[in-house]
Amino acid sequence: MTALDAFTVDIEPGIIGLVGANGAGKSTLIKTLLGLSAPTSGTVRVLGLDPGPDGEAIRARVGYMPEHDSLPPDMVAAEFVTHMGRMSGLPRTAARERASEALRHVGLYEERYRQIGGYSTGMKQRVKLAQALVHDPDLLLLDEPTNGLDPAGRDAMLALVYRIGTEFGISVMVCSHLLGEVERICDSLVAIDGGKLLRADRVSAMTVRRDVLAVEVDEGTEQLEAGLVQAGLPVTREGRMLLVPLESEQTYDTILGTVAALDLPLHRLDQRRHRVAELFSTQPPPREVEDRVS
Amino acid sequence: MSADIVPSQAAPVEPSGGVIHDIGYQRYEGPRLGRGYAARSLYVHSLRTAFGLGRSAKSKIFPWLVVALVTMVAVVAVAVRGESGNAVLGYLQFTDAVSMPTLLFLAVVAPELVSRDLRAQVLPLYFSRPLRRGDYALAKLAAMTTAVWLLLAGPQVLMFIGGVFSRNDGFAGIVDEFHDFWVGLSYAAIAAVVFSTLGILLASLSGRRAVAAAVIAGVYLVTAPVAVVLASLGGTVGRVAPILNPVTLVQGVETWLYGRDTGVDVGQHGYLYLVVAVVLVAAYVTLLLARYRKVAA
Repeated sequence: MTALDAFTVDIEPGIIGLVGANGAGKSTLIKTLLGLSAPTSGTVRVLGLDPGPDGEAIRARVGYMPEHDSLPPDMVAAEFVTHMGRMSGLPRTAARERASEALRHVGLYEERYRQIGGYSTGMKQRVKLAQALVHDPDLLLLDEPTNGLDPAGRDAMLALVYRIGTEFGISVMVCSHLLGEVERICDSLVAIDGGKLLRADRVSAMTVRRDVLAVEVDEGTEQLEAGLVQAGLPVTREGRMLLVPLESEQTYDTILGTVAALDLPLHRLDQRRHRVAELFSTQPPPREVEDRVS
Repeated sequence: MSADIVPSQAAPVEPSGGVIHDIGYQRYEGPRLGRGYAARSLYVHSLRTAFGLGRSAKSKIFPWLVVALVTMVAVVAVAVRGESGNAVLGYLQFTDAVSMPTLLFLAVVAPELVSRDLRAQVLPLYFSRPLRRGDYALAKLAAMTTAVWLLLAGPQVLMFIGGVFSRNDGFAGIVDEFHDFWVGLSYAAIAAVVFSTLGILLASLSGRRAVAAAVIAGVYLVTAPVAVVLASLGGTVGRVAPILNPVTLVQGVETWLYGRDTGVDVGQHGYLYLVVAVVLVAAYVTLLLARYRKVAA
């Protein structure tokens, strides 16, 4: 089975979004980068090292947050993260200190002495992020970090990832099947589909001025969609979000009016620079895939 | 396929700014110990887990119940010896006498060590670190073996102390006692290795602790009557049959190696018991490593 099919891409430091539908090969790419599965052909370099022979050195400097649930429910979060720090080679005291720090950075300082089994999905995601961060990696590989989170939780997680990528000085690769999410925080994007590279570029280079308003409500998305269509706006749906082209200042008022009339809890209304999704879909399939970022 | 990911070096902390608002994120500059350290840490962590240390009170109950039980056996043995003067339960015999509680301990603790990680899918977090798959499996196996050995050796220390005090033949007696004690510990180690390799291998096959425990107990309990029935046939078959059950297998090794009559009639085939034990342990370890090469990360 070929999960990834011959492509070349250079990725620069910063926050990188790796987008693709489920089964596009995102997780396989991550495993290859970690040296957990060897490519049948071609070369991979991570932090200047080859995951084949130097997998151990890479894994010491990379933090990995898997997509699925991967935490022992009957362990206390602080102890688990400490244990994982030691597994990354931190001496006992350092592991304990850094575990507290990592849990503080992800916003779980108060709750760190509770058993993981009693945590909400959002808190579990944060513990997973903390264990990836505990040994101060140079590169974080995050596989669907917003999985299973509610809108507020997703925003908080993305803000956290953004902070890690900018303030902490750690490069981050975020995998997601939701383009709309990662494009908000990434410097560059790599899109793959069916194991092939669709496009890789800096987000700024992909920017096309096509103003779109993204509307998100906590509930009643269908109602709102119907309401907006009635109000004469061409609405498209993307996940939990409704996208409306911003034609004039009137558009804002129409949307707010519709939301108010339906008495829906508005979660977000913001202007998007563009819709990268469209860029990807209209992009001709790369010939000899030789795309370079930057 | 080629992907190149070269992130930046650690972001330098602004040297000039002068205004510090928040300590913020601090990079780690300390030592990073490698794979060996990680494996040792996992071993210690797992050994503690075996006895429920560093875990909830609930998970301490069973291991310490078994510890209390086997210690009680040793205490009774010491008391009887103190009263009557002769040892009714020797060091070698002790390991055989507590084989049932030892198996229960194994059936509960082995799944605790390996099935739990399979169930919670924690393995990808281990394997994305310097630790290798084989290191993980061997660290768990070593922890299980040590735990079983401690369970068997601890009470023997009590028996040794009691034995020294109940003897009145001076220094020569103590040397003699120490020799017996040492033999007892070495036999406990053989039993611990044979029991634990099979226990961990069986537990690694299932993520459900209850299933794993049942499989371990089942393998030990089902093979026991089979071995007994075949042994009752006598002849060569009868002398080789105890090999089928891990408990009688190690008793056969004991009979041949230490010359204690365990009720297992090894006849001329004594060496066979040791050979089979060594081959089985090697096979179990190989299978265990193969299992962890396959397990999803």
